[in-house]
Amino acid sequence: MAGDKEMMEKEDGEEKEISERPKWDNKVQYLLTCIGFAVGLGNVWRFPYLCQTYGGGAFLIPYLIALVLEGLPLLHMELAIGQRLRLGSVGVWNSISPYMGGVGVASMMVSFLVGMFYNMILAWILWYFFHSFQNPLPWRDCPVNLNHTAYISECEKSSSVNYFWYRETLNITPNIQTSGSLEWWLVLCLASAWCFVYIGFVRGIETIGKAIYATVTFPYLVLTIFLIRALTLPGAADGLVYLFTPNWDTLKNPEVWLDAATQIFFSLSLAFGGLIAFSSYNAQKNNCERDALIVGCVNSFTSIYASIPIFAILGFKANENYNTCQNWNILQLTNAFNIGDENITVENYQDWFNQLNATDPSEVESLDLKTCDLHTFLEQSASGTGLAFIVFTEAVINMPGSQVWAVLFFIMLFCLGLSSMFGNLQGVLTPLMDLHLIPTWMPKEIFTGLICLAAFTISLIFTLGSGNYWLEIFNNYIGSMPLLIVAFFEIITVVYIYGINRFNDDIEWMTGRRPNIYWQATWRFISPLMLLVVFVAYVVMQAEKSPTYSAWNPDYVYFPLAEVLPYPGWVVAICGLLSAIPVISIPLVALYRFICFLKNYIKTRHNPNPYANDVSSGDL
Amino acid sequence: MLDKILFLLCLASALADERCMPDTPHGFQVRLSIKTALGDEAYVWNENEMFLFRASLAFAMRNHMNGQQFEVSNIIVCNETMRVSFWFIVTSPLDTSQLIDQENVEAAIRQSRNRINSAFLLTDKTLEFVDILPTLATLYTHPTPPWLIVFGVVMGAVGAGIIIMLVSSVVQKKRKTNGKPQDKDDDEETRVKTVENGDAHDGVHNMSFSEDERFTKM
Repeated sequence: MAGDKEMMEKEDGEEKEISERPKWDNKVQYLLTCIGFAVGLGNVWRFPYLCQTYGGGAFLIPYLIALVLEGLPLLHMELAIGQRLRLGSVGVWNSISPYMGGVGVASMMVSFLVGMFYNMILAWILWYFFHSFQNPLPWRDCPVNLNHTAYISECEKSSSVNYFWYRETLNITPNIQTSGSLEWWLVLCLASAWCFVYIGFVRGIETIGKAIYATVTFPYLVLTIFLIRALTLPGAADGLVYLFTPNWDTLKNPEVWLDAATQIFFSLSLAFGGLIAFSSYNAQKNNCERDALIVGCVNSFTSIYASIPIFAILGFKANENYNTCQNWNILQLTNAFNIGDENITVENYQDWFNQLNATDPSEVESLDLKTCDLHTFLEQSASGTGLAFIVFTEAVINMPGSQVWAVLFFIMLFCLGLSSMFGNLQGVLTPLMDLHLIPTWMPKEIFTGLICLAAFTISLIFTLGSGNYWLEIFNNYIGSMPLLIVAFFEIITVVYIYGINRFNDDIEWMTGRRPNIYWQATWRFISPLMLLVVFVAYVVMQAEKSPTYSAWNPDYVYFPLAEVLPYPGWVVAICGLLSAIPVISIPLVALYRFICFLKNYIKTRHNPNPYANDVSSGDL
Repeated sequence: MLDKILFLLCLASALADERCMPDTPHGFQVRLSIKTALGDEAYVWNENEMFLFRASLAFAMRNHMNGQQFEVSNIIVCNETMRVSFWFIVTSPLDTSQLIDQENVEAAIRQSRNRINSAFLLTDKTLEFVDILPTLATLYTHPTPPWLIVFGVVMGAVGAGIIIMLVSSVVQKKRKTNGKPQDKDDDEETRVKTVENGDAHDGVHNMSFSEDERFTKM
């Protein structure tokens, strides 16, 4: 009877452990969370820029090829392995092979570091959001200097939107060595951003699952509203034509293929460990193949869908700038030649110009008329923070009802970033939970709070005057190379160490279908090869460029052009460290395990213990 | 006699015209963009409008230089063009041969700029006094920056949300620990019950009896 009772308690404990692992309320929550993690700020402000730079519609070809050959296989692999082994990134790689545990540690470190600087961007978005409730919008006008005689020169020379971003938001220092001080307004915004993250993340996927219903669906709603509004703006057609006109010559440039591959890789948020963490909370019998296809395709569709209103609005802005340029020319001619007001219009400008040039060329020359070309204005696009905080804010000023559009835009950006933040932090929390590193007395709420507090404290560097420069460094050196290395080791581990046949069996058990030839070919050869090629090409390109950065220096001779400065030596060292530290954990952990193994081996060889037998021979 | 007076008048008017010319050091150029400002409701610029301009300028001079009674005749206009632009100079009411200097004129115009603008339904941009910079409108500085207000509202909501979450999780935990000892007893009871009721899955099925039953049908 006693033995039975012990067995019952053990069953009880096992059941409790299985049932205690949190799980998703329903499939929709899981899919939305993965989509929210994959769809982030990059879909809105990086993909349209790449599309435009690399020949419009033609860029879709390398992009879709990269998606099919690299993105979807890696995505499927991560979701499948997490679902099968039901552990976070560290646990998964540890259980496949203790020597590969470093891959999980690297994932976790990268997730944490990326989460830190990513939330600073959310803080900036919050700052702009708070300022969108004013009339007029604060970035519309330049502030006046103390004498009320003229506008502040820094603002006058650049533009009011530039001034608002670089001076009133960032209060940026002229170079990275000058740190400046902690900007209190940015600290407040950063604290509020972390509070938002905490409130969604407080109980892990229980609360994330509820929060993402809002944060993932809202951006699509806003994008649709913007699409409808943007298509009715004058000049929208020019922007769209410019975006989508394919320029097939760009396909010959290898850089296009490299950028497409890296874009799809970073866009799907692979190698962060977040996707493994999310799928580990699934029931095991779940069709992960279909999930991977859904997430991958929705991500790409969102990129393309987002680029339409973005470029319609950029076309509108270019049109506005073009009209302003032309009207300036018209005014100059009208004033110089005392022609009747409004006699020269945009339509007959050329005729008037020719006539006046014929009669009085010297006078016309002295006016210094600008050459207004719509294409030059269309080319002035930007990516990243430049697109959101400079280009877009300028466009919004000219739209009627600017406050509404600004508020909607910044809420959309915030939701996109917040759902990606959840993934980043879950990629940190799940491994820590699986490794039982959390003391049992500490409730989950306090632990997540501690993670947020630690990340907030360290990310206060980004609120310094030089914070933007540091953020660029983090973005370029953490969010790129280490991820490629981690992904490469991930796929090698699954295919060759875990065994592709065993993996196929697992998937057949989970989904009921064996993966077909497409998955086999990509997992075994194509994806690892592509990752290797992309990694090598990336390293080569980075090595060719000397490490420089663009600084905003009002005292620069050619201000408002950015001053290109080289990184000082200690900063280059930090860049190297940031890239190396996550990656170095892979060989370090392997080495550590090997040393432990050697120790054990030497111990057993010197001291053969006949009773220390692994096989249970107790049944007599 | 009459000839002499006529000659002097012509001379005087000729002299006055000479002082008013483009790039005169004593006057200013004015540019009006009526069609730009008013579009379809633009009025035609004619002599009456010019008279109004001279009158409003005289008004501005009177406002600025207290005591001196400027008249419409003290404002002399020349070089009118189709643009609608012209030059003007201001003579002193006490002595028409004397011109008021530029600084005084500029100060007078600045002081009454709004009144002059509204007389013509124009703005600083469309009624342009060349070389007189309009006083830049300073942005309205709020006593409390509005962004702090929005920040306060949003953070208040978020803070309340966090507190509610933490309190609810504490309450949930308390409920669990209170209900747990009872639940555990119930579980054990039900489990014991199912074992005692002889569920075939737990025990070993005794084949001998069942086989007999199957074959011996008598």
